[in-house]
Amino acid sequence: MKKILLVIVLLQLSVVLDAKELYRAKSLYRDIYVVENNDLLCLKFSIPRREDTSQSCMDRKDPMRMVFNYTRMMMAAVLINPEPRSILIVGLGGGTLPTAFNDMYPDAEITSVEIDPAVAKVARKYFDFKETDNNKVVIKDARLHIKRQALKNKKYDLVILDAFGSDYIPEHLTTVEFLQEVKQVLSPQGVLASNTFSSSKYYHHESSTYAEVFGKFFVMQTNAGSNRVILYSENDALLNIDNIQNNVQRLGKTLDKYDVDAELMLRSINTLPMWNESARPLTDQYSPANILNAKEK
Amino acid sequence: MAFTMGFVIMSVEMLGGRILAPYFGGSIHIWGSIITVFMLALAIGYALGGLYSRSEPDIRKYGVLFIAAAILLWIIIFFSEALGDFVFLRIEDERAGSLLYCILIFFLPTTVMGFASPYAVSLITTSKETSGMSAGFLYFLSTIGSALGTLITSFYLVEFFETNTIIKFCSGILLLLGIAAILQHRKNE
Repeated sequence: MKKILLVIVLLQLSVVLDAKELYRAKSLYRDIYVVENNDLLCLKFSIPRREDTSQSCMDRKDPMRMVFNYTRMMMAAVLINPEPRSILIVGLGGGTLPTAFNDMYPDAEITSVEIDPAVAKVARKYFDFKETDNNKVVIKDARLHIKRQALKNKKYDLVILDAFGSDYIPEHLTTVEFLQEVKQVLSPQGVLASNTFSSSKYYHHESSTYAEVFGKFFVMQTNAGSNRVILYSENDALLNIDNIQNNVQRLGKTLDKYDVDAELMLRSINTLPMWNESARPLTDQYSPANILNAKEK
Repeated sequence: MAFTMGFVIMSVEMLGGRILAPYFGGSIHIWGSIITVFMLALAIGYALGGLYSRSEPDIRKYGVLFIAAAILLWIIIFFSEALGDFVFLRIEDERAGSLLYCILIFFLPTTVMGFASPYAVSLITTSKETSGMSAGFLYFLSTIGSALGTLITSFYLVEFFETNTIIKFCSGILLLLGIAAILQHRKNE
């Protein structure tokens, strides 16, 4: 056992040693690194240490292949609504998700909202992220963008929330009021997929917050303790295992291209998430998400 | 009292980020607006307080300033949401919007809190020789208060209380101190 551990440690070490830093910048919000590791190109928001803090990675040999489980889970939101015509993505990163959605649904209108202009620059320069009329980036705080879209009565068939860094949560994107604004921009067939943490006290408060706004939601999680993706739909008939099963049949092949295993995604869905329901929902008046996230579950 | 005023100023300033975020986001601009307005309001408060302190300063008037600040803090409690919507609907640019919003909700209470500072210096200064020492001591107390107000609010208070509850608490302390100062003044007479 010890030997195996040693080998693992050595392997990880060699991975670190092989990594080559291509780009480094201090943006208004964070440090940004682009690191190359054999064929893997990764975007990181903190000093590349031994543990992986990558926000986004791209396989240069197969750019459409998803490298992270959480992006695969987010992509699997199409198993709930297989034909989204308008998609809103909060948090651009390396542009993995908009690139994949644009590839799969060339006619869908995709908008990515990113607060940090430096991240968008890196996505364009290093991650082959291409902006087109159907694949736009808005540099703005997500809360503001969604609030403005709600005022204009704009609706989306798919909203992807992926704005949490590896160790920082924008607290104004955790509250009941924010989720109510998100609900306002969902179309009648609209689906929400939200990528979040699952291993701290924040988990309970977050679950209570989603329950207060959405009532029923599903959770997708491939391994215990890793990221969880919260899934919700405005249309009750879509947020239904039979519907998801049908779409697994329908889209399974297509999703293979992005290395999204539809069967696995289906198996990873929990239709009755449990949490400590006495945890207080977060509101604009009370939102200590980062403090809660630092506490044991 | 100077300590508490320092505490309240920074406690409210820290909460500013939360009050603004729903309307103007979490970008660096909102901190620019908050800090600018607080500094500006304090500067104007200091200047006015300095001028006013020349005319027979006494502890009763100092207490009245605390009560005024306590009342003005309720602008934030009562109107922050309505004014947030108001500005958000009219101004698209988040820099201009957040700056205007900060002026609307923070300017008056912070000016009055700044006003109290030179007033306190004039109250405890007994002679020209010791004026530097008095001012230094007051700055010390109020800035330590500010440091603790920042720390305690951001590390602990936000974990347990709603933003408005914390502001009500700040307002309550200022009110009590103001009343105490006025009673003290009566007793002295």
